[in-house]
Amino acid sequence: MESTDNLNSTRDIDNLIELMAKLPGLGPRSARRAVLHLIRKRALLLTPLADVMQVVAETARECLNCGNVGTLEICDICASDKRANGELCVVEDVADLWAMERSGVFKGRYHVLGGTLSALDSIGPQELRIPKLIERVADEDITEVILALNVTIDGQTTSHYIADQLGGRVRLTTLAQGVPVGGELDYLDDGTISAALNARKDI
Amino acid sequence: MLRKKLKELLQAMQINATGRTGSPIRPTLPCAGPLVVENAGMEWRDQGILLKKIRHGETATIIEVFCEHHGRHAGIVRGGASRKIAPVLQPGAQLDLVWRARLEDHLGSYLVEPIRSRAAAAMSGRLALAGLNAVTGILAFCLPEREAHGGLYARTEALLDLLGQNEVWPLAYLKWELALLEEMGFGLDLSKCAVTGQSEGLVFVSPRTGRAVSAKGAGEWADRMLDLPPCLLGLGPAPDSEVLLALKTTGHFMHTKLATVLAAKPLPQVRARFVEVFATDI
Repeated sequence: MESTDNLNSTRDIDNLIELMAKLPGLGPRSARRAVLHLIRKRALLLTPLADVMQVVAETARECLNCGNVGTLEICDICASDKRANGELCVVEDVADLWAMERSGVFKGRYHVLGGTLSALDSIGPQELRIPKLIERVADEDITEVILALNVTIDGQTTSHYIADQLGGRVRLTTLAQGVPVGGELDYLDDGTISAALNARKDI
Repeated sequence: MLRKKLKELLQAMQINATGRTGSPIRPTLPCAGPLVVENAGMEWRDQGILLKKIRHGETATIIEVFCEHHGRHAGIVRGGASRKIAPVLQPGAQLDLVWRARLEDHLGSYLVEPIRSRAAAAMSGRLALAGLNAVTGILAFCLPEREAHGGLYARTEALLDLLGQNEVWPLAYLKWELALLEEMGFGLDLSKCAVTGQSEGLVFVSPRTGRAVSAKGAGEWADRMLDLPPCLLGLGPAPDSEVLLALKTTGHFMHTKLATVLAAKPLPQVRARFVEVFATDI
């Protein structure tokens, strides 16, 4: 009887630990530590976190235009007139969009595809946001499409497919490939060295 | 007496001191010449071409590899999603593999070391990229699991090493496709006419049997026959237009035999994409 009472008393916390353990980077042990920390800092962390999560759960949605994640139907980037400079950067995932935004260099708008083409996994253009991209290029005043997809076989296959679809309508560019900032040649793979050498420039 | 019998039994089963079957793996350098299978049990070392990868959890990747001595073989790579390993695991990459599992029919895990990356060559152009996707996609689609195809492996390796050489690659791909059909049991017989038995004047291929047919032998059925361009017979300079025609012929058998009979599902779109890119480039 006593043991059942004990189980009941920690059931909610166990559920929370179980859910937290499903988050990226967390396992059962680290989830338990995080939950314990939240409980100890109830007023400072747990309650505000629960409130914010509730709000985000109700309001988070994909931007109808670009696929970015926000709380409005049209995200801030798409809504801003300052970002309408005719440049459209195509990325694979929202995480890539956030990475580009962190750099603060790109001042145009984005388009999130939501993945890459994969014939073996039955992921075709309709499963991605490629038709929407073609529609945007036709409707918006786009002058350049920057294909910022991952430098993987799937990423580059998708880039070539999009280039085929948009060929001739706008200027198409891709990100440069080569030695990363802080990179040492000795540690680079032969493909990167080859790409960097091909794209060498005058100094 | 009992001990002697047990010793004989262990010798017959090839169980060594470590409890594993066969001889233990000897450490060898990954690039020190052709690798051979050193153990036929639950631990082996081989070379392979990466066909496909699937993310498994946060850090691991399940890969499918076309191995020289073990055929199409899957396994998990622990840490395969890491920054260090993920760039190595690109389709077409030549890998040095050590596979381990508790039981032979388990998925098992791979230790991988890169031998040769083909990603840079593949990304050099549309045709190379479409070609690499076609080769890896078709192999992942049609090869039976864990069945060695040494001859096809050697041809595939040679074909992938030609990636980026667009002048010769489509013809090499055509020859590889013929070899693939042959290996899978649907080889074309282009040696003589199926009707007249003559070995000259062959211009058609029967869509049903895959045998060559001469113009005379085809008669009124000529319009139902597939083209047999000279490049399929290994004759002539093989211009691109002829190779494209030949790909249409082999494509018929890829769809009707390889995909329908062997796998009972449609051929992946990667081949059609390659042919489309090639046709556009001509």
